[in-house]
Amino acid sequence: MAATRIDCDIHPAVGGTRTTLLPYLDDHWKEQVVSRAIDGLDLTSYPPNMPLSGRADWRPAKGKPGSDLAMVQRGAFDQLGASHAICNVLYGAQAVYDPYMAAAFCKAINDWISAEWLAQDSRLRASIVVPMQAPDLAIEEIERRAGDNRFVSVLVLAQGESLLGRRHFWPVYRVAEKYNLPLAIHAGSAYRGAPSSIGWPSYRYEYYLAESQAFQAQVLSLIYEGVFLKFPGLKVVLMESGVSWLPAFMWRANKTWRGVRVEVPWIDREPAAIMRDHIRLTTQPFDSPPDATGVADIIDQIDSDRMLLFASDYPHWQFDGDDAIPPHLPAGIVSRMCVDNPLETFPRLGLAA
Amino acid sequence: MARHIVARTSDIPPGGNKVVGVDGRDIVVFHVNGEFFALLNRCPHEGAPLDKAACIARLTSPEPGVYQRSRVGELLRCPWHGWEFDMRNGQSWFDPARVKVRTYPVVIEDGETLAKGPYVAETFQVYVEDSYVIVET
Repeated sequence: MAATRIDCDIHPAVGGTRTTLLPYLDDHWKEQVVSRAIDGLDLTSYPPNMPLSGRADWRPAKGKPGSDLAMVQRGAFDQLGASHAICNVLYGAQAVYDPYMAAAFCKAINDWISAEWLAQDSRLRASIVVPMQAPDLAIEEIERRAGDNRFVSVLVLAQGESLLGRRHFWPVYRVAEKYNLPLAIHAGSAYRGAPSSIGWPSYRYEYYLAESQAFQAQVLSLIYEGVFLKFPGLKVVLMESGVSWLPAFMWRANKTWRGVRVEVPWIDREPAAIMRDHIRLTTQPFDSPPDATGVADIIDQIDSDRMLLFASDYPHWQFDGDDAIPPHLPAGIVSRMCVDNPLETFPRLGLAA
Repeated sequence: MARHIVARTSDIPPGGNKVVGVDGRDIVVFHVNGEFFALLNRCPHEGAPLDKAACIARLTSPEPGVYQRSRVGELLRCPWHGWEFDMRNGQSWFDPARVKVRTYPVVIEDGETLAKGPYVAETFQVYVEDSYVIVET
């Protein structure tokens, strides 16, 4: 086998609710999705035909990019050189308003990925898809998967119904911490509100960049509300968030905390230090400066070799060619982000077993 | 070390402060919880006058939603950017080892002692029946 290289973010695609997921729904929901023609719940954030949603050479002749296991295996493992990969299914189940329908679809996705992907290739792992809009139902789903170590994290969208630090989510984090499951926050919106805090953008491009604002808001919410004090074992992974915005965000978070920390006296050290301990980021996209010096500066400013996790974001079109590692990253960072950091962040990976 | 008589104790009510000029420096003297504290009247950040600072409690917390107040009135919160400093030692709350306000020792003496010397009142008459704030620089 090739050297260990753990790809922390790949995207198998659900073909459809009435097709792919049908065998995994109970009789009630089978009848509902058939009789009500509920299908095609792809997230508005990732329309399957959009170029970003699937690189041209990773699109099957038929179906959505990421829907064909053999093609994903060739791309993520043979071509991009991963030894293991974590499947993060971005389908609209988490975005459904009806909490019971959302829970049923999330459960179906997890059953499907377990039976048709994880069981077919021992190199694959998956995040648990949960209906975060109903924390009690999200906990039920996590408990259902807790005994299966092929599920290594809990997947939520960057833009859900409310900021993730808020207290009504804490029971979810208690369970996640208990089972050594990091919280994976992936780019994407449930479209409960405008993706920019100012309102609705006119262009797709604006939406995609506004995602980094959402990630920043989530990180601050988790820190300021005290989630990491309540759950010191919890790690949070930002997926497809971009990376190079992080240093300036750390500086600003620290500077502002100095003056307003009386709002949150439980935060007794610099927010950036808390980020270094608890926040992780996948490396596609990285949004690199064009030169090695610029990249080295960003790595120095982040001031931690534990925060980055290798990811290709397959089949999303973040880069061309066969090398998913952003250019100019120092060798020490590359080796940590491909092996040690994923193993520390996702303790259930247990590759030795 | 020079000792400067800068105020009658009765000039600075509890919770109040007085700015005095000593050797060309502005020093602010606070009176809180029965004690007097003298600091350079200048925030090390951007130079804000600390006599305008809010005198607040030392606020800590063992967990979200729990607020523990101690040493009420002994922390300064700078009027410009909210940085907090401990009156007693000048240390900032967020980086006590590296960011601090200059402090000066303060003693209180009664007028009778002062009249015997060796101290000299620089700016005002000393009366034996009063007590005085002396700042050492």
